[in-house]
Amino acid sequence: MRIAPGTLLATALGLAIISAASVGHADGTGVATGDTSGKKIALSNSYAGNSWRQQMLKTWDRATADAIKDKVIKAAKVVNANASAPEQANHIESLIVEGWDAIVINAASPTALNGVIQEACDQHIVVVVFDGLATAPCAYKVAYDYTAMGKMEADFAIKKLGGKGNVLEVRGIAGVSVDDDIHKGLVDTFATAPGIKVVGSVYGNWTQTIAQKEVASVLPSLPPVNMVVTQGGDGWGTFQAFKAAGRPTPTIVFGNRQDELKLWSDLLKADPGYDTFSASSAPGCASVAFWVAQQVLAGKKVPNTIYLPLPRIEQADLESWLKVMPDGAVATPVYSQAWTADLIDANAAGKPLPPSPVAKLGDM
Amino acid sequence: MQREVASAGGAPASDADPVPRRRFSGRVLLPAAALAVMLAAIFVLQPRAMSYNGMRLLLGFSLPLMFAAMAQMCVIAASDIDLGLGTYIGLVNSLSALLLADRPLLGVLSLVGCVLAYAGMGAFIEARRLPSIVVTLGASFVWLGLALLVLPTPGGASPAWLSALVRLKPPLVPLSIVVAVLLALVGHWLFMRSSYGVVLRGIGSTPQAVRRAGWSLLTARTVLYGLAGVFGLIAGLVLTGLNTTGDANFGAPYTLLSISAVIVGGGEFFGGIVAPVGAVIGAFIMLLTGSLLSFMDVSTDWQLSVQGAILILVLGTRAFRRRRA
Repeated sequence: MRIAPGTLLATALGLAIISAASVGHADGTGVATGDTSGKKIALSNSYAGNSWRQQMLKTWDRATADAIKDKVIKAAKVVNANASAPEQANHIESLIVEGWDAIVINAASPTALNGVIQEACDQHIVVVVFDGLATAPCAYKVAYDYTAMGKMEADFAIKKLGGKGNVLEVRGIAGVSVDDDIHKGLVDTFATAPGIKVVGSVYGNWTQTIAQKEVASVLPSLPPVNMVVTQGGDGWGTFQAFKAAGRPTPTIVFGNRQDELKLWSDLLKADPGYDTFSASSAPGCASVAFWVAQQVLAGKKVPNTIYLPLPRIEQADLESWLKVMPDGAVATPVYSQAWTADLIDANAAGKPLPPSPVAKLGDM
Repeated sequence: MQREVASAGGAPASDADPVPRRRFSGRVLLPAAALAVMLAAIFVLQPRAMSYNGMRLLLGFSLPLMFAAMAQMCVIAASDIDLGLGTYIGLVNSLSALLLADRPLLGVLSLVGCVLAYAGMGAFIEARRLPSIVVTLGASFVWLGLALLVLPTPGGASPAWLSALVRLKPPLVPLSIVVAVLLALVGHWLFMRSSYGVVLRGIGSTPQAVRRAGWSLLTARTVLYGLAGVFGLIAGLVLTGLNTTGDANFGAPYTLLSISAVIVGGGEFFGGIVAPVGAVIGAFIMLLTGSLLSFMDVSTDWQLSVQGAILILVLGTRAFRRRRA
């Protein structure tokens, strides 16, 4: 049997490429160190018109600028659609033609981009979706477990109220999966504590003014409220509604907006026993999605779905967060490559997720 | 202006009139030249786009847009405007994704119902002499409501034959270009060559003349809206095939995009002046602005502004030419 020299050479080259794509540890955990210095990663974002998205783009810029400076990747870019799925689909097709090695997507629709995403995968492009997810099976998904957020709030409420008390629920936008998931986590957990009564439920649309109006409109019909569980972006408005109605301030579980954290800090100054926490999704998830794409390109084995921990702020960390947050910001760190690798490993092994780090000055 | 009205409104015999023929070719030349310049710029900036695969990807989403533009053109031919087209396309997208694969008979019936509803809307507008802008705006909420009712959250699946059809790879020339040429020819024959086409354009310019010549305005407007319903239906079906699923909100942007495509392609809001070939070209122009900006590394935040600027530029140029003529 004869083997053509070309085959041998190709095999040798193949082996060299495989060994170049090694990972930090022998068992495949840690940061994959395969050479990605010639790779280009693009972000296709469905909408850029609110402060959360603006901050998301900023963390993307921070993460990619550092990566380019350190020669981890060659180039990055952002393409924003105007909340239009057809426009975004067209952008993604352009990115495929331009030959980007990985495309990170915050999708305008959970299903409508599946066709183009499949098209990208067929061209061997790494696709990572985050925040606004798409269901295309070939895309890596970076997702928050919002059911866990509902459970976390409900567990806190049950513990704090000693299993007995009245709770008001402020929900997000009707029909959005994030709202459904948080609500489900709450309902399922409260079902285990018969002493807890959810006395009211309003849709605050994650917007302070709307939450204030909606809470104000149900308050007159409610018995004394011991606790309010919110979804973020609505805690400050909820407090204003209670204040205007002359009701005692209940314990409010806040979101991570600067105005909410500031209010919490003020409430603590007035009453050092005011005990609560805050949690909501972080715009910094864009940087996680970026590092996931980079790690896939570097040869790391990554599970199809990667869950992210929601940044949860406790009283002890409150002041250090407030110090680094500009007015109107949402609390978020810019996640690092090493942290993302830990996250991927935790997801792959089914272990508890690493806690979200506290932000540094300049992250927001 | 007077000349155009007279030529379009004159009895069917005016098809032989040389005036509209000349005007028509001038109308299409400008957008055709603009498209050629855009394509040249894209090829220079991104040589990869010049391949079969590059063109196929770049023009992938031109399919729904060109059918949407043709649908909108049918309505604009009657000097009407359709503000509900986008959500109608979303409704077709939702219905076809939900029903066509599992319950084909019910799916086909519901889609036929959609087209009939569109034709009925045209008859209603004519019979009650209502402004189309109000009726179609109202209808847009009906279409969206129905779509959300049948498909509250995005999902469903495209039947396999439909996905395969829109992803066909004919030899030498990508599918979207083949379809564009066919659609332009069909549209051109329908509106510019067939004798009934003159009636269809006539109700947009001088309805009295058309009526006096013995044609029913009710029938003509019903046919126009019915045609819009058919083209909109095809746009929705193509979307289902491309996206492989349904989403009630997906179609909405097509309302304004289709209007822009018709106008950029040489159509006018009033006077029954439309250009089917131009509408298809206009669809390509609207579609490629995003790609062109992306290749130029200009932020796509400018895309809407650029599309708007093209529209104003086209209308401005046209007004300037008209004054000189």
